[in-house]
Amino acid sequence: MLSRDGKKILRGVNLEIGDREIHSIIGANGAGKSTLAYTLMGLQGYEHEEGSLIFNGEDISKLSITERARKGITLAWQEPARFEGLRVRDYLAIGAKGSGGVTEEELKEALRKVDLKPEKYLDREVGEALSGGERKRIELASIITMKPKLAILDEPDSGIDVVSLKEIVNLIQTFKENGSSVLVITHRKEIAAASDKASLMCEGVILRSGDPLEISEFFKNRCIPCDSRVSPPKAA
Amino acid sequence: MTQITLNTLSSEIKDMDAAYSAAGGDAAVLHKHELSSLVISGNKVLNANGTEGIVLETQETEHGVDVKMTIKKGYKIPLPVHLCFGLIPEDGLQKINMNFTAEENSAVELVAHCTFPNAVKIIHKMDAQMHVGKNASLKYTETHFHGPHGGIQVIPKSHIKIEEGGSYYTNFSLVSGRVGYLEFDYSVDAEKDSICEMVTKVYGKKDDKIKILEKISLNGENARSVIKSRLAITDNAESEFRGITEGHAPRSRGHVDCMEVIQGNAKAEAVPIVRVDNPLAKVTHEAAIGCVDKKEVETLMARGLEEDEAIDIIVKGMLA
Repeated sequence: MLSRDGKKILRGVNLEIGDREIHSIIGANGAGKSTLAYTLMGLQGYEHEEGSLIFNGEDISKLSITERARKGITLAWQEPARFEGLRVRDYLAIGAKGSGGVTEEELKEALRKVDLKPEKYLDREVGEALSGGERKRIELASIITMKPKLAILDEPDSGIDVVSLKEIVNLIQTFKENGSSVLVITHRKEIAAASDKASLMCEGVILRSGDPLEISEFFKNRCIPCDSRVSPPKAA
Repeated sequence: MTQITLNTLSSEIKDMDAAYSAAGGDAAVLHKHELSSLVISGNKVLNANGTEGIVLETQETEHGVDVKMTIKKGYKIPLPVHLCFGLIPEDGLQKINMNFTAEENSAVELVAHCTFPNAVKIIHKMDAQMHVGKNASLKYTETHFHGPHGGIQVIPKSHIKIEEGGSYYTNFSLVSGRVGYLEFDYSVDAEKDSICEMVTKVYGKKDDKIKILEKISLNGENARSVIKSRLAITDNAESEFRGITEGHAPRSRGHVDCMEVIQGNAKAEAVPIVRVDNPLAKVTHEAAIGCVDKKEVETLMARGLEEDEAIDIIVKGMLA
């Protein structure tokens, strides 16, 4: 459980993500999806108060962001940071430090996988007049070079044009093929459809988990606006 | 004034070479005859080499050197001119008077390194008059290294006049070692169609004190300018920034941009001032002082860095 100003933000989250599983979290704005992502990463202000967080059999509830990252968990933000003065090549190399570094070719390949030309971007600054979409792709490239065990992707398609949605889906599949589990927060049914499993979240509660298409359809057809509901839902 | 055209070798050259390297320069460039260079240690001129299109005159004074440099009309100097000013001893006074002119339609890049690697009680004063002629271009980068002790006062003062169509770009950087006491005072008069960009980057630590005053007067029609300041201070360091831009002419455009990061018990003050007395001029400003951006720190931590490492990378990036 996680609360803020007396209000319970996360209050009924039972979630299990398997090895090399792509798991989508679907839900309306304000459902607590991003909060869940931040809590899993251990960000400041998102420390959960009750319950446990088990990663590879180990309780990581009390670990810092850095400690969680070194265990193989990482997060891609919905709106990436700007990083004035930091070159793309240096940013991409940071995550690979823990796994013995990264070669020049691996840096280039990571950019190619997010559809950016290495010769154009590798020596540019992350914050240097890049569009939101370009920074988003660079953020995802930094996850590729890190090779995490669990990649948490908060709306990886936001700021990226619809034409590129298929590339995002392919990229998520690549994470899986490279050995990562992926928790992806999304509004896109295309991304949810490419998942192995999906969970529907509402008002800080995981309502149900299961087949991604079923969950998507349920969300699309049966979820009523939260503000018109008389009483909050019960946990599944 | 004595015009010097040959290298003057002395035993101090090795020391200055080492100090120049400590400041981030490549000392080899100071000894290449095809490159213009000027090396001053205390009040001694160790090397003065002017190539075609450059007239370089120096005169040693009691505590420093008077320098007169002229880029002749129409000359585009293809390679940077390297300047090195410094003091090797722990204490002393160095006063540099610089009179620089880039004549009409000329272009040059000056790369200066000011180095005081052993400073315990040093005063370095620079008074410069710089004149950028009609359609001329001057790019001036100045990198300082003051050593680890902080016992130094650096007081650079400069007035720059940019004539019609001229451009002036300056980048002052003091991010390695201690600052000591810095009192930076640059003022610019920008005439019609001229361009001016002034960038300062300083990293203050311990009890360093930083005062930066930059003023640009956009006197001519279509004159454009940017003042960009990036300061990081930590421990008990203090900084004061004043960035002033005045729009006096039609379609003149100016912007003042100051960003400061503070940590520990540091204290920062930033005052962007815009003055406009012509209704067709436009001057804007932004200033931000705060801790390192939380999302940037957490992003790097989520890639496996410790918080201190993350902050270090972010601050160095901002000052790069």
